[in-house]
Amino acid sequence: MTAAILSVRDLTVTFGTREGPLTAVDGVSFNVHRGEVLGLVGESGSGKSVTGLAILGLIDAPGQIAGGSIRLEGEELVGKPEGELRRLRGKRLAMIFQDPMTTLNPVLRIDTQMIEAVRAHDKVSEKAARARARQALVQVGIPSPDERLTAYPHQFSGGMRQRVAIATALLHRPAVLIADEPTTALDVTIQAQILAEVQNLCTETGTAMVWVTHDLSVIAGLADRIAVMYAGRVVETGTVADTLERPIHPYTAGLIASVPSRNKRGVPLAQIPGMTPSLGRLPPGCPFHPRCPRATAVCKSVIPAATPYEASRSARCHHPLLGPETVAA
Amino acid sequence: MTPLISLTDVSRRFTKPLDAAEKVANLFGAGLKEQVVRAIDAVSFDVAEGEVVGLVGESGCGKSTLGRVVAGILDPSAGQVTFQGRDVAGLNARERRAADLAIQMVFQDHMAALNPRKRVVEIIGEAPVVHGLVPASGMEAYVAEVMRTVGLDPATRQRYPHQFSGGQRARIGIARALAVKPKVLVCDESTAALDVSIQAQVLNLFMDLRRELGLTYIFVSHDLGVVEHISDRVAVMYLGRIVELSPTEALFEAPNHPYTQALLDEVPKLDARKRKFSALKGEIPSPLNPPSGCHFHPRCPHAFDRCKVDRPALKAIGPGRFSACHLNDEDDPRPGKAVSDGAVLAA
Repeated sequence: MTAAILSVRDLTVTFGTREGPLTAVDGVSFNVHRGEVLGLVGESGSGKSVTGLAILGLIDAPGQIAGGSIRLEGEELVGKPEGELRRLRGKRLAMIFQDPMTTLNPVLRIDTQMIEAVRAHDKVSEKAARARARQALVQVGIPSPDERLTAYPHQFSGGMRQRVAIATALLHRPAVLIADEPTTALDVTIQAQILAEVQNLCTETGTAMVWVTHDLSVIAGLADRIAVMYAGRVVETGTVADTLERPIHPYTAGLIASVPSRNKRGVPLAQIPGMTPSLGRLPPGCPFHPRCPRATAVCKSVIPAATPYEASRSARCHHPLLGPETVAA
Repeated sequence: MTPLISLTDVSRRFTKPLDAAEKVANLFGAGLKEQVVRAIDAVSFDVAEGEVVGLVGESGCGKSTLGRVVAGILDPSAGQVTFQGRDVAGLNARERRAADLAIQMVFQDHMAALNPRKRVVEIIGEAPVVHGLVPASGMEAYVAEVMRTVGLDPATRQRYPHQFSGGQRARIGIARALAVKPKVLVCDESTAALDVSIQAQVLNLFMDLRRELGLTYIFVSHDLGVVEHISDRVAVMYLGRIVELSPTEALFEAPNHPYTQALLDEVPKLDARKRKFSALKGEIPSPLNPPSGCHFHPRCPHAFDRCKVDRPALKAIGPGRFSACHLNDEDDPRPGKAVSDGAVLAA
């Protein structure tokens, strides 16, 4: 197997609060290869967005990366000075956010913003930069790009704005793109258009992508691999097909079961009882145990370690839904 | 049997009047006109007692406005809304209030819908006391009972909304609506902001309440999975009009209108692996300036000349099924979507 473009090992992010440090991301590890899409799935507060921000070095005080390593094509990013990170961001690492209106500057025209993004990393003439911006808009399917370049963000619809944000993120053909719920606020037909374009672009440019979302159905159609997060930890990873068809962790199984379309109409939905715990008051042992139908005494005291299963799967559970014969040697 | 709620050719327009500068400009012959949005454009449908009707569509299609008109929060600009067989516009003040109380709304953003400075006991208990449903002395006991109905611990009734989680706030919003003993709940994206595991809990609560209290629901949502799960019938809206109205199973098995077909195709599904997303072209047009004829024709793969001129009527295409598409009058070019002959009746 080729070396991963992005390799995250034991990443830990803490936030200082009055009640002491909160661990938002706790020992997260994963690899992403060239052209691969990793779906990072979890509910609110699971640490999925913070993981994405940490990769770009965008954790601000009171937060800090307390440990672990993030390697981009072998190069360590944790502890890199801000100036060097700036040269990477937008060039080899890029990010798209949920709300494009907060990504784009409302008082600058689209061309100003995109040309600035091109020239921030490449010494090219303004004319050449404009041509590249125009080309990027064409790629993401924006009609009449010449007129659209001179427009302001508020003149675009939500879907078009997100396309502009994606076009800007892909200007430098980054090695890794972090996408934090970029289609959550969009209608299904627009979401499908954006997913189609992102899919094409990543295939063409070989960009590896980390797609952060709470929506398992989007991941099912888009990603190659999946990492399920709960209370700051990755509780299960594997290929999308394995994970969704034969989940190992009871939390993954519960998430899949509570998607309405998986259930018979009129029959009560399978639900996970209780709610996601607050990070400040995590239960001892496996943080999922108060909601878990398989929990026993050991779950209340011992945090389960990441255990490998089958070829390329891993899960943290004392009572996995797959038998011991599937544990990888 | 008379339907519980009946809408006949209901329209709702929003007008932006000319401001002073524009009026002055008009004196000099600028010819500026008021901008009118037809949020709902001559919509008719019935809701039977005990039924769950799902309203789906993309942003700006008018589904929330329609929900609000049904709930009596907005008055229709034209057309007739009847509740229990009586025209709502013709009711006297007391009858109107009874009708308004009988149809309650549950909103999307529960943090915005609940007064942050009031305790839960006041939020839930205020309306039933004001409307004389319970005496002020019995409020605490009544609130405790309502809280138990929606799965909240009555011991938390002295807390403020911010002290609850998102799922619990959704339950408070539902409890507030239930406190005035409504017959109908209009749920406007009530589970959209919740995590899937919490959404499942709230959807189950809606279904339990329906069984226990015999409630009727209008369920407004952009999430087709949720609507498919909870609704008996589904109305699909596009730019202010209902384009298809059908029992849920039939709609999801064999959608008739090209827009419904496209919409169902776009829904990401859990069992579709690494699929190729092939998108419906274009975006929903501005409701300020909707296309002529069938609103969907610029995006429709089957559009022909008549679609650009004639507004298609919502016609019966099968038992309980209605669709507003000219293709149902023609030799149907859509593969496998031919409608059995004789099924086309005037609506």
